[in-house]
Amino acid sequence: MPSLKVTKTGNEIFAEAMRQINPDVVAAYPITPATEIVQIFSQFVADGLVKTEYIAVESEHSAMSACIGASAAGARTMTGTSAQGLALMWEMLYISAGLRLPIIMAVVNRALSAPINIHCDHSDTMGARDSGWIQIYSENVQEAYDNLIQAVRIAEHPNVKLPVMVTTDGFILSHCLEVAEILDDKEVQTFVGTPPKRQTILDFDNPITLGALDLQDYYFEHRRQIAEAMANSIKIINDIADEYAKLTGRKYEFFEKYCMEDAEYAIVLIGSTAGTAKDVVDKLRSQGKKVGLLKIRVFRPFDYMKVKQALENVKVIGVMDRADGLNSYCGPLYSEICTCLYESEKKPVLTNFIYGLGGREVKEQDIEAVFNDLFRVGKEGKTITTKYIGVR
Amino acid sequence: MPSIKELAKRKEKFVSGHRLCPGCGAGVVARLVMLAIDKPVVVGCATGCLEVSSTIFPYSSWDTPFIHSAFENAAATISGAETAYRALKKQGKIDKDVVFVAFGGDGGTYDIGLQSLSGAAERGHKMLYVCYNNQAYMNTGIQRSSATPKGASTTTSPAGKVIPGKIQFSKDIMGIMVAHNIPYVAQTVPGRWNDIVNKVERAINTDGFSFINVLSPCRLGWPHKPELAMEITRLAVETCFWPLYEVIEGKYKLNYKPKEKKPIIEWLKIQGRFAHLLKPGNEQIIEEIQKEVDRRWEELLKKCESS
Repeated sequence: MPSLKVTKTGNEIFAEAMRQINPDVVAAYPITPATEIVQIFSQFVADGLVKTEYIAVESEHSAMSACIGASAAGARTMTGTSAQGLALMWEMLYISAGLRLPIIMAVVNRALSAPINIHCDHSDTMGARDSGWIQIYSENVQEAYDNLIQAVRIAEHPNVKLPVMVTTDGFILSHCLEVAEILDDKEVQTFVGTPPKRQTILDFDNPITLGALDLQDYYFEHRRQIAEAMANSIKIINDIADEYAKLTGRKYEFFEKYCMEDAEYAIVLIGSTAGTAKDVVDKLRSQGKKVGLLKIRVFRPFDYMKVKQALENVKVIGVMDRADGLNSYCGPLYSEICTCLYESEKKPVLTNFIYGLGGREVKEQDIEAVFNDLFRVGKEGKTITTKYIGVR
Repeated sequence: MPSIKELAKRKEKFVSGHRLCPGCGAGVVARLVMLAIDKPVVVGCATGCLEVSSTIFPYSSWDTPFIHSAFENAAATISGAETAYRALKKQGKIDKDVVFVAFGGDGGTYDIGLQSLSGAAERGHKMLYVCYNNQAYMNTGIQRSSATPKGASTTTSPAGKVIPGKIQFSKDIMGIMVAHNIPYVAQTVPGRWNDIVNKVERAINTDGFSFINVLSPCRLGWPHKPELAMEITRLAVETCFWPLYEVIEGKYKLNYKPKEKKPIIEWLKIQGRFAHLLKPGNEQIIEEIQKEVDRRWEELLKKCESS
């Protein structure tokens, strides 16, 4: 297959993927650093390059509400947002998942106020982790593209029918140019295909009442079905990744193992910092140190069993959270990794690091310092309390 | 406009079995609006009495596609559905001529839903928004909204020893909607079935966004005798508290002028929420209400004359 190489920012590649997906409806509202996605896309609409009807709504709450109406009517529906915009959508995130609507959203990770800040951390999407949305995080521009294309198939799969958010790190990915390989339009169209049939509010022969009042007698069952769909999606996400790998040669799993085969010391993290961490792993490996990296790509659902298998032979693990749990103990990723390893008899020593809030830069020496902490913990055999990297 | 016989023969899209109170206006409003629409119709509803009483799973009173998502966003939700319809129609995936209607109570319209309503109106979606206006948050137990009239006692503007019910006059939602320069804005009551049916018919045949404000009595919140529900809305018209009028492409048109304008006290005295106003010492408040009713009525007459 001839590959097409492009140089694009994270926002540009999201917009490009959206053009190729060619959804029926996009409803969105501007917010830094995600604005460009829908700005570029609305130009595609204005130039007639897509069939999409674009709704320039008056808020993110209405963006998600309009997406819900459009998706309920059977339209392939997309949007994009960031931070406060995602927070304003909160109520509708739970409702879109609860109504089982396959909406696709590009999210550019940005710190939540207050204090107001426009730069990267994961506090926005981490707060939405229990909303019923599938969450796929990207390390780089290439992954952002590949994740968004696959998201369409995942969301619409009859065994899933859940909304999917694909994220990039604000500014670090959204505004930086990288070289990526993209498919041609026809290949994307063939891959995403026609949405599978589902019940809609435009079917007048079989009228449905969507969003009915569920009381003590049904609410629990319907919530249980969402949990079931989320569990089902693990297999679907892997199947679609296999299919995508056949098309592109790029194979994605729930997480990426980097030098993990014989690693005794490992870092677990999410997003663009994986790139920096890989360089540090290479450097330390060249010094003969048995270090590795586990980069989480799919955070919801979380593949606990596989993550457990991937980590249980490591001696010391440093979990790096780009969001704080504000729970007096740890960040959200750390909680998940603890849950995975509780079932393991080997129980590696775990330590938690909070880093990069509000776009605070993370350099190679910071990652190296984390590994040095892990070596020390390994030597002393006991963990240290959650460490805030680079905080004055 | 169909005769009442013709209407009676139409297939009901809002059917019996719902759990609205006896004497509630919302059920009558929903039924009349749905009867007036003789086309495939998608209904959206804000959280509120009408929604919780008509869609208790696994039952539904809606024999037509229906969506409820949240409280403050019926207009945005239906604007999305209407856009999807246009997208799919353009692609030849649907060939029907479909009507889109959103229902919201006064809380979901005047207060929490105002932004979403304004956005959808400004964007000009082809949809009808019906406010079934019972003048308070009745579903949560009679709390004041910006549609609650002055003097009314509600659970959050109770008549007390020093405060005699709600202090403020109601918000002028009609003026707000007219200011959006949408093609059709109207005010009506369910007690005049021909007026409401006529207006709904006009609204759905308008190319763009339309808004209808319907006074909807609440037997628990106002409260009134259930059998007086329709009568009470007609009395609101006769006192000029709730004039029947429409604004077509910016032009005001009065649909009914009472031969003899009844004093507002006639309307107030049959509702429990105003009972405290009838006690000695509160004459001043009734005067103020009368003055405001007169002012708004005169202003409306002027607008109609100059249109």
